[in-house]
Amino acid sequence: MNVLINGVPHDLPADATVRRAVQELTSAVAGVAVAVNDEVVRRGAWDSTPLSEHDRVEVLTAVQGG
Amino acid sequence: MSLPPLVEPADELTVDEVRRYSRHLIIPDVGMAGQKRLKNAKVLCVGAGGLGSPALMYLAAAGVGTLGVVDFDVVDESNLQRQIIHGQSDVGRLKAESAAASVREINPLVNVVIHNVALTTDNVMDIFAAYDLIVDGTDNFATRYMVNDAAVLLGKPYIWGSIYRFDGQASVFWAEHGPCYRCLYPEPPPPGMVPSCAEGGVLGVLCASIGSVQVNEAIKLLTGIGEPLVGRLMIYDALEMKYRDVKVRKDPECPLCGKNPTITELIDYEAFCGTISDEAQQAATGSTITAQELKDMIDRDEDIFLVDVREQNEYEIVNIPGAVLIPKGDFLRGVALERLPQDKKIVLHCKSGARSAEALAVVKNAGFSDAVHVGGGVLSWVKTVDPSLPTY
Repeated sequence: MNVLINGVPHDLPADATVRRAVQELTSAVAGVAVAVNDEVVRRGAWDSTPLSEHDRVEVLTAVQGG
Repeated sequence: MSLPPLVEPADELTVDEVRRYSRHLIIPDVGMAGQKRLKNAKVLCVGAGGLGSPALMYLAAAGVGTLGVVDFDVVDESNLQRQIIHGQSDVGRLKAESAAASVREINPLVNVVIHNVALTTDNVMDIFAAYDLIVDGTDNFATRYMVNDAAVLLGKPYIWGSIYRFDGQASVFWAEHGPCYRCLYPEPPPPGMVPSCAEGGVLGVLCASIGSVQVNEAIKLLTGIGEPLVGRLMIYDALEMKYRDVKVRKDPECPLCGKNPTITELIDYEAFCGTISDEAQQAATGSTITAQELKDMIDRDEDIFLVDVREQNEYEIVNIPGAVLIPKGDFLRGVALERLPQDKKIVLHCKSGARSAEALAVVKNAGFSDAVHVGGGVLSWVKTVDPSLPTY
């Protein structure tokens, strides 16, 4: 299954979840938020939210600067 | 989703006020009613730094009646590249005082309240209680989580913005109508993983891009116009020149604003965010030397291997003579270790001592048990050993 993660195509297993997509980019979980097709998936639903072909996944990192 | 105005209108505008705010008054959506609401509004800006500068200046110009400024810091020369509320002659002055003076110059009709204190769990609830909404311009995770939690506990909207290099994010967190900061980011990144602006830099004008979004949202909430940024995260990329937004829903499992909250009062935010990791803390305990001690070691010609764990561009700004540059990331990836000699005492330093403590943990774990790091980093070296060098 092809999904876009932060704009870059990734080939993931057909049963991949949101957490699997995050793991493509980082092993960190703390301070990370994920949006799928422009909607943030809450942390507690990462394992139970499956991805679909051509989903757009955005892995965001919290920054502290002000 | 539009929301009702947050503030009731003031009784009237004076003739001076009508003249000053005429460009607002002739916008039908704002008008007399909207401007009177702004006059009655009490807005608190936490931090008079990068985001606080444009936020306070535009809130003042817009005619927000009462503006609070919280900051304990003093103006430093390295602030002036982006903190435009302060000028050259303010260097060394308290930021809250300097910001208040600029606000009065922009608009003498504004009542400025100076909170020249560090925001803590002891004072945050009392300070916030007097305001209608909170604009966040702080520069660290611990304060951001404290501000969020206090705002949720008090039921106040929290206009959040954060910046790094060319990237900015902003949202309005208001638990009554949408998610809070913890629904989006349940906890901060591990200490040392995400650099601060002091470590990684920030494009000065980015502060205006995000700070103005925050003011825009403040005005909308106060006057009840438009679609507020509640339940949406705005993401800005200055290099691509793109603003995008993604939907954020309230997390029913949020420990603060969810259905069964476990955080019902303020917590220990330093412990929650950790200034440095436990590992780094442990490694640094008993293995931290001062810049002067490093100087003495060099003068005595001791057999040391001095490593600067910052980045190349930081090294070019200022460095300690004799230091070899091996960025912290090389230690975390394990590739730095082979460059360390076995027969010399390893001395690590960075800008202020946080990154070198993280690297020290790796080095000690690899068996370099007598390795040390320099507390306060190159900044301390400049201050105590060679004040002729530049700081950043």
